[in-house]
Amino acid sequence: MPELLEVKDLKTQFFTRDGVVHAVDGVSFELAAGETLGIVGESGCGKSVTALSLMRLIPQPPGKIVEGSIMFDGQDVLKMDDDDVRAIRGNNIAMIFQDPMTSLNPVLTISRQISEALELHLKMDKAEAKKRTIELLELVNIPSAKKRADDYPHQFSGGMRQRVMIAMALSCNPKLILADEPTTALDVTIQAQILDLLKNLAREFRTAFILITHDLGVVAGMTQRIHVMYGGQIVEKADTGELFANPKMPYTWGLLRSIPRLDESRKAKLLPIEGLPPDLIAPPPGCRFEPRCQYRREICAQQVPELKHIPNAKPDHEARCFGTQEGGWLANTDWRQDVGNAKELEAIKLEVADLPPEMKRIEAAGETRPSP
Amino acid sequence: MTVQPDEFIQRSRSTATFDSGKNLLDVKALKMHFPLTQGIIFQRQVGAVRAVDGIDFFVEKGETLGLVGESGCGKSTTGRAILQLYKPTSGEVVFDGVELTKLGGESMRKMRRRMQMIFQDPYASLNPRMTVGNIIGEPLEVHNLASGKAKTERVQELLKIVGLNPYFTNRYPHEFSGGQRQRIGVARALAVEPEFIVADEPISALDVSIQAQVINLLEELQDKFKLTYLFIAHDLSVVRHISDRVAVMYLGKIVELADRVDLYEHPLHPYSQALLSAVPIPDPAVEGKRKRIILTGDVPSPVNPPTGCRFHTRCWKAQEICSEVDPEFIEHAPRHWAACHFPGA
Repeated sequence: MPELLEVKDLKTQFFTRDGVVHAVDGVSFELAAGETLGIVGESGCGKSVTALSLMRLIPQPPGKIVEGSIMFDGQDVLKMDDDDVRAIRGNNIAMIFQDPMTSLNPVLTISRQISEALELHLKMDKAEAKKRTIELLELVNIPSAKKRADDYPHQFSGGMRQRVMIAMALSCNPKLILADEPTTALDVTIQAQILDLLKNLAREFRTAFILITHDLGVVAGMTQRIHVMYGGQIVEKADTGELFANPKMPYTWGLLRSIPRLDESRKAKLLPIEGLPPDLIAPPPGCRFEPRCQYRREICAQQVPELKHIPNAKPDHEARCFGTQEGGWLANTDWRQDVGNAKELEAIKLEVADLPPEMKRIEAAGETRPSP
Repeated sequence: MTVQPDEFIQRSRSTATFDSGKNLLDVKALKMHFPLTQGIIFQRQVGAVRAVDGIDFFVEKGETLGLVGESGCGKSTTGRAILQLYKPTSGEVVFDGVELTKLGGESMRKMRRRMQMIFQDPYASLNPRMTVGNIIGEPLEVHNLASGKAKTERVQELLKIVGLNPYFTNRYPHEFSGGQRQRIGVARALAVEPEFIVADEPISALDVSIQAQVINLLEELQDKFKLTYLFIAHDLSVVRHISDRVAVMYLGKIVELADRVDLYEHPLHPYSQALLSAVPIPDPAVEGKRKRIILTGDVPSPVNPPTGCRFHTRCWKAQEICSEVDPEFIEHAPRHWAACHFPGA
């Protein structure tokens, strides 16, 4: 199948006063037309920066895409001039943001904001655009769409605003929708409504979409494949079913073990990932997860593991871990039973009690602080 | 706990405020309305936000009561009204036999030593200009518990208890990560050796991998210091994990209150059922098989709540009676209360 999107070795960095932040550090992935992909990770792991890089929306300065290529539909987005990128944004690639209040313009009516894209990209005249806008609002189940089209964003509730965002994203029949935490700001019952809507629309229009979230529950029911990100890198790639049934990266194990499940019947103790996420100005020299990994060995701190296929797993299942790769010491580990080396765990716990890495770096650089 | 049949019948028509002798906190008909005013010089009251509108519940010594609901349902207001951070409009809050709403300033201040709060946002709830030592030490001075060297030692001990380096007393909040700041907030609450802690969404501002660290810390502290928690959260999975009993709120009212397993396995109120079915489960095998109840519409405004049952505008079971008569909060099974005309599956 020809790929719709092919990202190769993407590196996005932010040049700050404290140093260079390696926000996205060598991310590669592909997406076929009509496919749904989930990108999971905690805040600061680079998942949103990846999405913004795809649209070339990284504020510059301080940010810059320093390396890599983004082939969308046969063209390299990174080599286009600004006009060409503008022709793609909102037209072929659309984006749904986390906070629908700050991403809608408060002084323009909803209909004005949706028709803007229609007039610009599809060259519709005003009347046509208005008609299409109302159709779109009906499509996302906004009651009495005709009347509400002339309302302003503040007259809508959070869930309704997110519906408007979805209508706007769909307006030009995009080939790809990037949804960045689309339901994080919403309540669970509203989240269920929005996810249901997204799922149906993606099926109906065969739009490819990338769902970016920190919630493993949300991607479990929504996507075909999942990529797990940590510290600016993809650390595991697999089919959704495979990832939950047979994860192959200690970070993914940690995530799955640390969240309480709604359907857990006994009151088991949670097993948190101890330690703190890495400082992306001075990332760990070896595996990014090594400082928090209970299964670590010497090699993990010295060499950077590649994203490689894992034996005893489905063919397209890849992970960035020396332990689970060919000949590793975690090949037969049952992550549900074996929670790792207790001594290492105690050592990592001490790190939680200590200062975060970025503070240590500032202190090491000799910055003075008010003495007690 | 077993309940004698006659005792059960006797209180089955009453509200959820029975006294088993173990109650640390009794909340009776608590109302918290915020006035809406109009006019610049002469402010007329034109209405009220009925944030909490008549709720009854109790918290037993040593247990964790989870309070769940969507944003704007009044769960945080309930927590604050219990601690008298808001002056309740009406109703009673009885803490260990003492009615709090009628207490004066000085006696209330003394009671406050026994009840503390942990806030949601660890970035906003710590004063950026105070050192960690001063933040944790302040309640010790306010309540005359320790000063000077004893205070410093106590602060270091508290930092150790919450899993932080005891030598951080001279540092400022901005030097810590979110999870560490929440630990500082916990240490501050523990400083006065309280019996009761209201934890208002203590983990929702934290990252997934850090949430479990804080949940475990709260559980360990509960065992160690025999604490009683009112745990307010919107995440039903977390509430299931940490609570002994759970209360579900909707638009200023408690619609269901039951033991943890009872509520999650056999929810009686349609709102609880919808809420539970809406939570995504991180397991595609389970997720594929689940039937989801998708509620239509949004939560109505608490300024002008629907007549009768407040949930009837979104309820798929609603009949005529639901829009006319407000259902009573009744004990349908032992220790399982619900306010619904048609409870059950």
